[in-house]
Order: sequence, then structure tokens, then C-alpha cells
Amino acid sequence: MSARDEILARVREAIAPASPSDRQVPRDYRTRTEDGIDRFIERLHHYQARTQRIAAGRLEKGVRATLADRGVHRVLAPDGIPDGWLKNLERLTDTPPLDPPALDGVDGVITTCALAIAQTGTIILDGSAGMGRRALSLVPDYHLCVVRADQIVGSVPEAIAKLDATRPLTFISGPSATVDIEMVRVGGVHGPRRLEVIIAE
Amino acid sequence: MSSGETIWTDDPPFPANAKRAVNNAQLRRNIRKATTTIRERRANLVGEMPDWQELRTSGAAIKDEVLRNLDRYLEQFEAAATGRGAQVHWARDADEANSIVASLVAATGETEVIKVKSMATQEIGLVRALAERGIAAYETDLAELIIQLGHDRPSHIVVPAIHKNRAEIREIFLKEMNDAPADLSDDPQALAEAARQHLRRKFFEAKVAISGANFAIAETGSLLVAESEGNGRMCLTLPDTLISVVGIEKLLPTFRDLEVFLQLLPRSSTGERMNPYNSVWTGVTPGDGPQNVHVILLDNGRTNVLRDEVGRQALRCIRCAACLNVCPVYERTGGHAYGATYPGPIGAVLTPQLVGVEHASELPFASSLCGYCYEVCPVKIDIPTVLVKLRHDAVRTGRHPVEGALFGAAGAAMKGRRRWTRALRLAPLMRFARRGGPPPLSRWTSVRNLPEPPDQSFRDWWVRQHESAREVIRERKRQ
Repeated sequence: MSARDEILARVREAIAPASPSDRQVPRDYRTRTEDGIDRFIERLHHYQARTQRIAAGRLEKGVRATLADRGVHRVLAPDGIPDGWLKNLERLTDTPPLDPPALDGVDGVITTCALAIAQTGTIILDGSAGMGRRALSLVPDYHLCVVRADQIVGSVPEAIAKLDATRPLTFISGPSATVDIEMVRVGGVHGPRRLEVIIAE
Repeated sequence: MSSGETIWTDDPPFPANAKRAVNNAQLRRNIRKATTTIRERRANLVGEMPDWQELRTSGAAIKDEVLRNLDRYLEQFEAAATGRGAQVHWARDADEANSIVASLVAATGETEVIKVKSMATQEIGLVRALAERGIAAYETDLAELIIQLGHDRPSHIVVPAIHKNRAEIREIFLKEMNDAPADLSDDPQALAEAARQHLRRKFFEAKVAISGANFAIAETGSLLVAESEGNGRMCLTLPDTLISVVGIEKLLPTFRDLEVFLQLLPRSSTGERMNPYNSVWTGVTPGDGPQNVHVILLDNGRTNVLRDEVGRQALRCIRCAACLNVCPVYERTGGHAYGATYPGPIGAVLTPQLVGVEHASELPFASSLCGYCYEVCPVKIDIPTVLVKLRHDAVRTGRHPVEGALFGAAGAAMKGRRRWTRALRLAPLMRFARRGGPPPLSRWTSVRNLPEPPDQSFRDWWVRQHESAREVIRERKRQ
């Protein structure tokens, strides 16, 4: 018997005495909360991420000024990032795909996101336009993420309801960190050590 | 059946290990400090969730639904993952899983792989098994790196190096990490930086990565890995080949179910509203990440656990380690004393069921049954009840003859009124046992105070105080 058939047979034998399931899973927890932009910013600060709120009309100028202020001149920008955000900066694209050392060599990466969760201070990337493949927001040491205010949902259930599970998803809650030494949270291991979020309103 | 390293020895001699551990002051200090920190953080974050109990109830119900229909969900997962380009393999036990991984790695022609922290691969002893076949597997999680460099064993499910403090970790890095800076300090920030530099090139060059998964979604064939450092993302994203070893109990029916578990897990495990990174992938995504994606579904004793109607709730476990962090026994002995991959309260119920209670008969007794573990469990595993059930099983295997004999005698004595009255008259003799007594009684009395037995039983006292009591009762009956 194949391993597959044997494991399935063992499972069936083990659960046979149990009554067949028509029980509904109770879901009495909150499926939405009132958490909004202020809560989102508070959480990001708690994770040591930087934030800015910029009016939509001033976004181009705001993004350019932010990158210049942070010393990010060679910017990795996936397809879908408007050229206007990067005027006078050196724009690198991922076409053809950059190898990891090349990704490591940029000053920073700019992306958009699919959604954000206020209650947990989370941004979620799903690999569509403006975000690129997963490695782009991972290897560079500085990640600037532009979030539209209308992309921010209150809680985890509201986010899950809007996501497409079959896309590669990355949930990011603050810069890379670890609690492995004495349970003390320190920032900066393998992922970007600096995370900055611009909220466009 | 091969269980890999579910247990490290044939019968983890917990009492002997525990005795050694509690005499190690440094170890106790390290563990107390870390568990105190994490307990407070968890309590604060759970306290801010008014619907925490409802989330726990749903978490338990979702996992029970999976277990009741595990065959159907496994087939559904396999079909969905295969449909999205993953190759699904099945492994009855540790040896089979290790062989599958080794042959998949061999097929790539590589002799080095990078690893994400995973309890399943720890349980099957994968790193050692690969080494025996000439494949070097590098742990990339900071704590696992500390353990690997220190030729040590993990002692905690979430923070495996919890038994080491910063000074000890600095020593390990200086001694074992070839590129550690000579002036390395013991500041956690500096230690994390040293790990970053040490692993960066490995991440960029590796062609094969091995992971576990926190959750597997039957509906979509997706896997999720939760982590903090970004080492997981490196492994899941940069190599060409990704091999994930996933216990069959890791399934969730639907993607929606993550809305429960992504709230329960981070708050329970690291005391965070959300851990820094979660990665979800479904088979192969052209142009993004590994193009050869394998999933190995692992039994290795899980179907034994499933068979037991009381014990199967241990398969709800999401490996958050909240029960370790609150356990008064774990806090004093640390994880190594359990002699098994899964330490602490969850280990005391899971290990004996995975390998057979006769191979780990001391573990169900490694608890004071205080119930704190049940209270913090995000999926409501009633650990004390399962422990008591396993103690019963352990006595029945004959591994605990003294307890078996004592309780057998007590049972016989309680069967009749006259026998019980006579047995009680023997109680004053127990004063002898209080002062030590001969082995095996002395094993009990050396660490516990027996209550002092009275000179006479309550029954005798009553009869003497009310000499006519029996007479009165008889009189009443006659009336």
C-alpha cells in the first residue's frame, strides 16, 4: 500500500467512531472594528516604523522628498510605480529580474500594497502591479510603502475577506525583528531594517 | 515505527533530568527571566481583546472540524496544491520523510540547503539525517542558529535558545561562527547583526530551502509560515526549490479560518499583535519565488493520537508555547529535562501519544495539574484532563508499579464498609512513612510532605464520643 493510502486508511480508522460532522463552527468574535488611520499609525510607531500622512495631491512631491531625505537615490521600483514619484532619482526596475546581490545593492525599494490592517499595524503585499515579486520588498535594507487611506481596514477578519489566497501574500508588521535573545525585541535581522509607510489621503 | 527525534532517549527519565536542571542556577535564572517577560506581554495583549474567549472557541471548533474529517481535508489539500503546481508527497514516519527530502535534494545536485525553523523537521531529526547522507542543512532562525552552532538542543518551541543568556550566546558566536567580529559585544542588537552578516551570502547562493508550515489551507492548497526575522522569507522566496514538511494536523478547512488563527497565534506565542512577517504561498507562482515546490504530508504518530477520543485534542495545537511560558514545572526545569522535541505541558501530552506511552511514561507526571496551561491555550486543549488520562494509561502499562499497587489496594479497601474501616485503623502507621520510609515510598516523601494522620479516624472518634450513636440510629430505623 502506498504511504498516501496507508495514512488515509489510518485516519479513517481513527476517526470512524466519531459522529459525522454537520456541526457549524461558531464565529461569535468581532468581524470588524472601528480602528482607523490613527490606530494604524500608532501601531506602526510601536514597531519602530516611520510614518507620514500626505494629501493625495502632494504625493509625488512627498515621496520624492522622503527618499531624498533618507539618502535613497538608487531606488528599486516595480512596474506600476508612477515615474512622477521618482523624478531626479535613479530608478531600477526588475525587468529582467535582478539577482539577490543586485537587489542588495540598491539604496531602497518603493512599493504600494494590497491592503493594510489598522489594529495590528500590518501592510499586505500580494505581488500585483506596484509591488512586484516577493524578493523585491525583502532584500533591500529600506522599504517605503505607499498606502492609500481607503486601503486600511480595521481588523484581521476584514483583511482576510478581501485577499486572494492564491496570490503570493506577504504580511508585514514593522521592520525585521527578533525576540530570540532573552525575549527582548530587537530590530534588524534579515529583512529590511528600515520600514517607512506613507499614507496618502 | 521510526519516530526520529520525537524523543531523544528511549524513555525520557524526567525526574532525573529535572533534578539536575533545578540545581542549575544560571539555567533557572535565564528561563525565569524570559518566561516572565513573555507572560506579561501576552497577558497585556490578550487583555485588550474583548472577544478573546470567542476566538478561542472558534479556534478549537475549527481544529476539531479538521480532525473529524481529516481524510477529506487531506485529499482536498492535495488536489488544490497539485492543481497549482506543487508536488505532494506522503510520509508515514520520520525515516520516510527524511528519505523523501534527501532524494529531492539529491535530484537538484545540491549538497547544501537552508532551513526555516520548523518543529516537524526537528521532530523527524531531519538535519542529522541529511548530514548522514552528505547534505549540510543550515538553520537560519537566530535561535536555531545559536543551537546549531552550540551543538545544543532546542529547549522551547518558539524560542529554542531560551536557556541561553546573551553572554553565553556571545561565547558561542565567538567560538563557532567563523566570521564573527572579534570585538563582538553581548548586546542583542550586535548579536543579531552578526547573524545577519553570517547568513546573508548563504541566502543569496542557496538553491534549495526546507521549511515547515504553521497552517495548510485545504480549500486552496496554500501554506503559511509565520516568523519575525525575514530568514523565513529569504528561504521561501530566493531558492529555486522549496520543500515543506507539514504535519497532517496543520490543515485548516478554508482561507477564511486564518482570520481566527492570525489573531490567536501571535498574541499567544510572542506576545505581539502581529509577528513581523507572514508568508502565504500556493504551489508555484510563475516569476515569483521557487519554481519547484514540494509538500510532504507527515504522519509520524499523529494517527495514533487521532485514535484516542480524549487525547486527540492535542492535535489542535498550533505550537504557540503559551503553555510552556506559564508552567511552574517548565519554568524550573527548562525544556531539556523533557528529553523530547516538544517540551512543557503540550509535550507532556503530545510526546507519549506520538511515540506510545510506554516510551515516555514519566512525562504525564511532569505536571502539578494546576491548569494554567489550559487557561492560556488558544485552542482550548484541556491539558490537565489529557494528562490524567495518560497517567492512567502509564500505570496500566506496568511502568509505574508502585502507584498501580497503591491505588489498586485503595480501590479494594473502598469496596466494602468493613474493609474500609479496618484500613483506616492502619492510617496512624503512615507516620512512619512521613519520616521518609523505605524506597519506593521515600521517592514521594523526599519532595512532598504527607499530612500528619490523626491518632484515630473520624469514625472511631464519632463512635467513642457518642457511644450510643449506633443505638440511636438503630432506634430511629425501628421507628
